[in-house]
Amino acid sequence: MSARASSPATDLATTVVFAAFLAVLGLFPGVYVGATGVPIVVQNMGPFLAGVLIGAKRAVFAVVLFLALVAIGLPLLSGGRGGLAPFVGPSGGFLLGWILSALVSGLIAQAAARRGRPGLPVLLLAAFAGLVADYVIGVPWLAVYTGSWSTALTGSLVFVPGDLVKVVVAALIASVVHRALPGRLVGTRTR
Amino acid sequence: MTPLGLYSPGDSPLHRTPAGAKLLVLLVLVTAVVIVGSPAWLGGACVLVAAGYLVARIPWRRRVLPLLRTLLLLAVLVGALQVWLLGWQSALVTVLRLAASLAAAGLFTLTTRIDAVVATVERALGPLSRTGVRADRLGLLVGLTVQAVTTLSAIAGSVREAARARGAERSPTAFAVPFVVRTLRHADELGEALAARGIGDEDDHPTGPDTGPDTAARPGGNGRRVP
Repeated sequence: MSARASSPATDLATTVVFAAFLAVLGLFPGVYVGATGVPIVVQNMGPFLAGVLIGAKRAVFAVVLFLALVAIGLPLLSGGRGGLAPFVGPSGGFLLGWILSALVSGLIAQAAARRGRPGLPVLLLAAFAGLVADYVIGVPWLAVYTGSWSTALTGSLVFVPGDLVKVVVAALIASVVHRALPGRLVGTRTR
Repeated sequence: MTPLGLYSPGDSPLHRTPAGAKLLVLLVLVTAVVIVGSPAWLGGACVLVAAGYLVARIPWRRRVLPLLRTLLLLAVLVGALQVWLLGWQSALVTVLRLAASLAAAGLFTLTTRIDAVVATVERALGPLSRTGVRADRLGLLVGLTVQAVTTLSAIAGSVREAARARGAERSPTAFAVPFVVRTLRHADELGEALAARGIGDEDDHPTGPDTGPDTAARPGGNGRRVP
């Protein structure tokens, strides 16, 4: 399949389908990585995976749409959670950080895509920057909740190893997918 | 996923209160809970929210127990860390804050139908329509996305079957790459179906994906192919 010029209808469809993609990541119980036998929840890799797959704008809209669906009461977060409770909870910042995560990872991947198909190193960088962006929102939010930076940092540290694995997996997936279906990142015309 | 989402049907005063009013009360309550630092007031807020659950007659076993289990787990995890690092007083405050705001948000979701929330949000965003935000598209977007969740779940299931048949069920890429490729293809197909119905193909709204005419076809028509 060759690169295609993207239309507003395609943009809308891509946004909707990737919002659904985020939801499906939450429906799956977990993915086994290597031989550890421990399933890791995959939903929070969705934002930066979307960013490096379809670019900043559509990924951001997809994340916003997904979060809106969660907020109005659909149980789409991992473990069937939904409604407004996850947003006011201690990890609400990590949820809102997904928007920044999709934006940052998408912008980096798109900048690279303008100079040809993005390679694995730049995709790794983009996904990692997306993860950092999520923590930039999530950790201070948690600190406001717990009233102290030290507890917020200690509490978040547990998730770092798993999240780094997700960054690598997302970059691997994106590099293979971009080889199979080129031209997805640039997609939207600049108006 | 149930078609009703997390809504718990009922006819209590709380169910009949307009969604906008409940949302405002929730906003005030959550803000107050974050600002107030006295355990007595926070405990009072918890009692108030618990009374709300009684008034709304939320089914005890199917809805309240799972919520209590989540709250307890969070309280133990967060509380233990706080007691260890900051002492009893602030641990108690944090746990009460957590319980009050999570339970209140849950109560809103349990007593408010999704279409009522959509209608309220559309009305609240109405004044933004002059800036190019199409609030009236929200209902269509919700419908389309829920449809896409169903389709992608089916795709994920068949891809996982295929990976299992090849004995590759433990390899993340053997599942993920075909799944993502078919997700992107589905987006193309949906895009063609939408374009065929004239949805999203006018250029007078510069806001990007969430644009389209009011004569939008309902989602789930025969324009979509399910792979």
